[in-house]
Amino acid sequence: MSVDVAISVRGVTKTYAEGSAGTPALNGVSLDIRRGELTLMMGPSGSGKTTLLSIMGCILRPSAGTVMVAGQDVTHLDEGKMPAVRLKHIGFVFQGFNLFPTLTAGENVELSLELKGFKPSQAKSEARHLMEIVGLGDKYNEFPRNLSGGQKQRVAVARAVAGSPEVILADEPTAALDSHSGRTVLDVLRQLARQQQRAVVVVTHDNRILEFGDRMIRIEDGLIAAQ
Amino acid sequence: MPPLARRNLFHDKIRLMVTLNGIVFAVVLIVVELGLFTGFTTATSGVMDHSQADLWIAARSTPYVDQAVDFNERKFYQVLATPGVADAQKYIVRWTEWKQPNGRTESVEVIGLDPNKSFGLPWNIVTGDVQQLKQPHAVMVDVIYKQKLGVHNVGDWFEIRGHRAKVVGFTQGIRAFTTAPYVFTTFKNAQEFAQFNQNQTNFVLVKAVPSADLAKLKAELQRRLPDNDVYLTREFAAKTNHYWMFTTGAGISVLMAAGLGLVVGIVVVTQTIYATTMDHIREFGTLKAMGAPNSYVYRVIITQATIAAVMGYVLAVVVSLFVILGGAKSGAPIQVGWQLLVSMFFVTVGMCVLAAIVSIKKVMGLDPAMVFRG
Ligand SMILES: Nc1ncnc2c1ncn2[C@@H]1O[C@H](COP(=O)(O)OP(=O)(O)OP(=O)(O)O)[C@@H](O)[C@H]1O
Ligand SMILES: [Mg+2]
Repeated sequence: MSVDVAISVRGVTKTYAEGSAGTPALNGVSLDIRRGELTLMMGPSGSGKTTLLSIMGCILRPSAGTVMVAGQDVTHLDEGKMPAVRLKHIGFVFQGFNLFPTLTAGENVELSLELKGFKPSQAKSEARHLMEIVGLGDKYNEFPRNLSGGQKQRVAVARAVAGSPEVILADEPTAALDSHSGRTVLDVLRQLARQQQRAVVVVTHDNRILEFGDRMIRIEDGLIAAQ
Repeated sequence: MPPLARRNLFHDKIRLMVTLNGIVFAVVLIVVELGLFTGFTTATSGVMDHSQADLWIAARSTPYVDQAVDFNERKFYQVLATPGVADAQKYIVRWTEWKQPNGRTESVEVIGLDPNKSFGLPWNIVTGDVQQLKQPHAVMVDVIYKQKLGVHNVGDWFEIRGHRAKVVGFTQGIRAFTTAPYVFTTFKNAQEFAQFNQNQTNFVLVKAVPSADLAKLKAELQRRLPDNDVYLTREFAAKTNHYWMFTTGAGISVLMAAGLGLVVGIVVVTQTIYATTMDHIREFGTLKAMGAPNSYVYRVIITQATIAAVMGYVLAVVVSLFVILGGAKSGAPIQVGWQLLVSMFFVTVGMCVLAAIVSIKKVMGLDPAMVFRG
């Protein structure tokens, strides 16, 4: 496995126990996610994008196949040890932002840092730095309700990259945003990929952001159709 | 850590008010009921607790202090002759009837004692002194019951079972557990007031010599008086307490009300802490997805519960204070000591943490994959 590979997926299938009458959501997927690249993942609704992202993010386990995250085989990892792997190696960005509404923008980032072991004072200065990087240095003390959608998502990005995880996984981060805000968010994500050598995966339906991808993966019916 | 628990708790002011209301209601209910229980307990055994006697001797199988049958005062001389007894007195506690000049009657409990002794005396005397009981017909009553008994001043005359009684002094704060106030008088008067035959008493109070082994003295007296029961003072107090609190059910009912307060408190607090948790369920899902350790998630919920508990407790103590003051004015004997208040602090926190466990269970079962669903 190359040092550039942050996540390696081999022959992964996933069948949800309940429902879907045995049709697997993923049907033998293999791919590598590399550092320094923004990988776009596209495909029709129900094709398995979120399922794959969840498996790569150690939120779901595959039914078969293997998953390596930062060189560690996580396929058979204890349920109880998965959170620690997520905390250390993976930052998530969600369609609905999922900020903590009662914490300020800056505190949202601080919380993520402190969960990762930063001391409060270190967390504060690092959070300030990250808020600058996402272009929101002046919004540190704002509550999420006073931010626009694009600003919220950039806070979420700052929170996801806090503590320098190798991987950022974003599920439809622009779906709730207008095209300009969407572009600013993607712009930040691409910069993070390139300048900080993160592996960034963005699941999207949004053709307007195709230009930001270094690489594009198409998924159809639980299979990689093109890459 | 950024103060997620506190912010979440204070974020919804209305819900916080509901939570605090629930806690305050529960805690005040528990404090007042337990305070009543303590008050009742003090009242039922007050005569024994303040007697400063070492032993009480009653007729065989006397169930409690207010229900003692008479026995021959010859026993008193047997007691006096027992080695280890420093002093003893014949003593009467019995219900009888008090009649005002206007003809109104009230039940009272007459206590007949020897004013020359150092024990078995009325306590908390605020007007007159115990020596004045030696005057003919003299009685003392408590100021709490002035109105009930129709007493205005020292020197007022009444009638007890056809015998004249003159008020020579007052005690303050000696509450009877029953509706019958205590009337202190001499043993001789009490015999008449309560219609005892001459030579009969219903108790003998014993003061032991300072070096005496009370258990041994008790056994010896019991041996010499096989038709009587000999009790250590605190034993007889406990027996009387137990009778009133548990045999009559008076105590059970206040304890049940206190228990009800606890149940109501737990239910209300559980619901509101749970509702607060459910309001923020998405955030808990996000925390789990981010990889926050369970311990952190639980700490947030427990902290919410604990903050609510402390605030609720402080408010509840203030409210209880008003209830107790109001109770003192209206004659309800609510006794709340610092021990009760300190224990209630822990009960409150315990109640809230217990309530938080339901929320923790809910969050434990949360699937972190929820964050990807709409
Ligand atoms: N928790 C679940 N239980 C059962 N089936 C599920 C579950 N989650 C997803 N599925 C099914 O698995 C398949 C893939 O779902 P997934 O959410 O991965 O698709 P997706 O590509 O992310 O779709 P969308 O673009 O609509 O988000 C679908 O058929 C879906 O119904
Ligand atoms: Mg999806």
